Amino acid sequence: MEIVACIKQVPDTETQIKVAGDGKSIDSGDIKWIMNPYCEFGVEESLRFKEKFGGTVTVVSLGPARVVESLRTALAMGADKAIHIETATTELDALTTAQLIAAALKDVSPNVIFCGQRAVDNDQAQVGAALAEVLDIPHVALVNKAVVSEDQSTIRVERPVEGQTMVYESTLPILLTTQKGLNEPRYASLPGIMKAKKKPMDKKDPAALGVEMGSRLEVLAITPPPQRAAGKIVPGETVEEMAVELVRLIHEEAKVV
Amino acid sequence: MAEGIWFVAEQRDGELRKVSYEVASTARRLADEAGTSVAGILVGASQDVAAKLAAYGADKLFVVDDEKVRDYLPVPYTQIIAKIVKEGAPAALIMSASTQGKDLASRLAARLGVGLAMDLVALSLNDDKKIVAKRPIYAGKVFADVLPAGDPQMFTTRPNVMSVIEPDESKKAEVVSVALDLDEKAFATKVAEILKDTSGKIELTEADIIVSGGRGMKGPENYHIIEELAAVLGAAVGASRSAVDAGWRPHTDQVGQTGKVVSPNMYIACGISGAIQHLAGMSSSKVIVAVNKDAEAPIFQKADYGIVADLFEAVPVMTREFKKVMAE
Repeated sequence: MEIVACIKQVPDTETQIKVAGDGKSIDSGDIKWIMNPYCEFGVEESLRFKEKFGGTVTVVSLGPARVVESLRTALAMGADKAIHIETATTELDALTTAQLIAAALKDVSPNVIFCGQRAVDNDQAQVGAALAEVLDIPHVALVNKAVVSEDQSTIRVERPVEGQTMVYESTLPILLTTQKGLNEPRYASLPGIMKAKKKPMDKKDPAALGVEMGSRLEVLAITPPPQRAAGKIVPGETVEEMAVELVRLIHEEAKVV
Repeated sequence: MAEGIWFVAEQRDGELRKVSYEVASTARRLADEAGTSVAGILVGASQDVAAKLAAYGADKLFVVDDEKVRDYLPVPYTQIIAKIVKEGAPAALIMSASTQGKDLASRLAARLGVGLAMDLVALSLNDDKKIVAKRPIYAGKVFADVLPAGDPQMFTTRPNVMSVIEPDESKKAEVVSVALDLDEKAFATKVAEILKDTSGKIELTEADIIVSGGRGMKGPENYHIIEELAAVLGAAVGASRSAVDAGWRPHTDQVGQTGKVVSPNMYIACGISGAIQHLAGMSSSKVIVAVNKDAEAPIFQKADYGIVADLFEAVPVMTREFKKVMAE
């Protein structure tokens, strides 16, 4: 089976986000970079599919030199080869990103492609579905269960939505976006890390991929979160008093209930 | 010349979901400001159901009433909506950032080759009559004002944030039936089964009130305290990542950066410290209430009302008092 996992490198969620001088980008100094947590589920599921059906796991990422580290992590987990699309930034618009990945995968005929359901930096959740559309293959987003048939011709996936779980059945190839609950990603072992250094890291020049750089989503400004009006700590001599007063305020002042 | 603010409504089992009224209302408000008209698209329900959206400001409604698309299928929905949009050439398309809305909008934007602003909390018209969206990024640590390019500009609105206008039942809309007419290849994916959630649990992302418990709950056996409060309030019950990682609550209950994003009218955080990743999931709440015995807990910076108290003492009192209030 040919399996592809797309990964994005993002700032660690503990990172203090600072607005850059231009007021419309993020200051990238001092950031600890990690593999997007949702993408990890995709890498792990790819490895499990390979363990079950045999084949190859290719990981792809787009961005500057630093993303190689995340690709190596995926190789250390057990992926077979990596493709690094060398762009100056990871923040290209979703369609451009999808087109670059599709072009980079031209010589790979994946049966299943995994993408993280969203990246925890821009929180857009767009690339997975966009990539499926560019490749003209079906997709199901937010899967927390994926089972390929024994003969590898179909796949059955589960996707929780509001109040119910949709179970879809599809032919392959298919793209799936991954969410928490799909699996527990493995840690890279020390032997895995050593082996990763020798695995193929294919560099792709975006100019050579024949994709026009789009700018379909312009960032005009980045601002701190809207300030909430200062709240109040409800006073009281006893917990009983505080709680009674709290309910009174919610009922009479906030009028929520 | 692209003209008109359109929306895509959402249905479940042939009935409109609440987010449909939110996107219709949003489209109407923008159209009134821009001096243009509103059209809506509904896939998988009847013309009669679609016509309900006239009261919420739709001037025209495109309806694809076909059994094959009663349930959401990404490819057929994308293809039929793209077809309708290409023919009608609106200037903007508003959808919901519901579970369905998000991946449908993404695939649709790619098909149409346009920019998409996802999960926005505010929209405004700029001087060029283009729509600018404000959306949280980096888990809400900062917000971005973004301008999608292309015709139409595409947007998904965070559920429960955009207000619904007062319906005007005297309004009528032109309802147009659109045939499905897609290649069989579009149906490579089919719905095999739908597993209904029979627990009676209120969906977090749609709840008006949420009571949430964190590490301060000390164990799964104590959640009945907040479940009792939730029952009185008709609220959904959430959990912080600590509680989920400890195995106390299922991850479908998790509110936060790697859980669900919620925007209830009131969020009551019990024994939750208020880490930035948790705030990312509930900062759109209209009223935030915090119960925590640690006066230094960061949650108090964001709460509208807080009590520094042991939740095991405070919550049962709150339950008792709310019961009285609800009985009034």
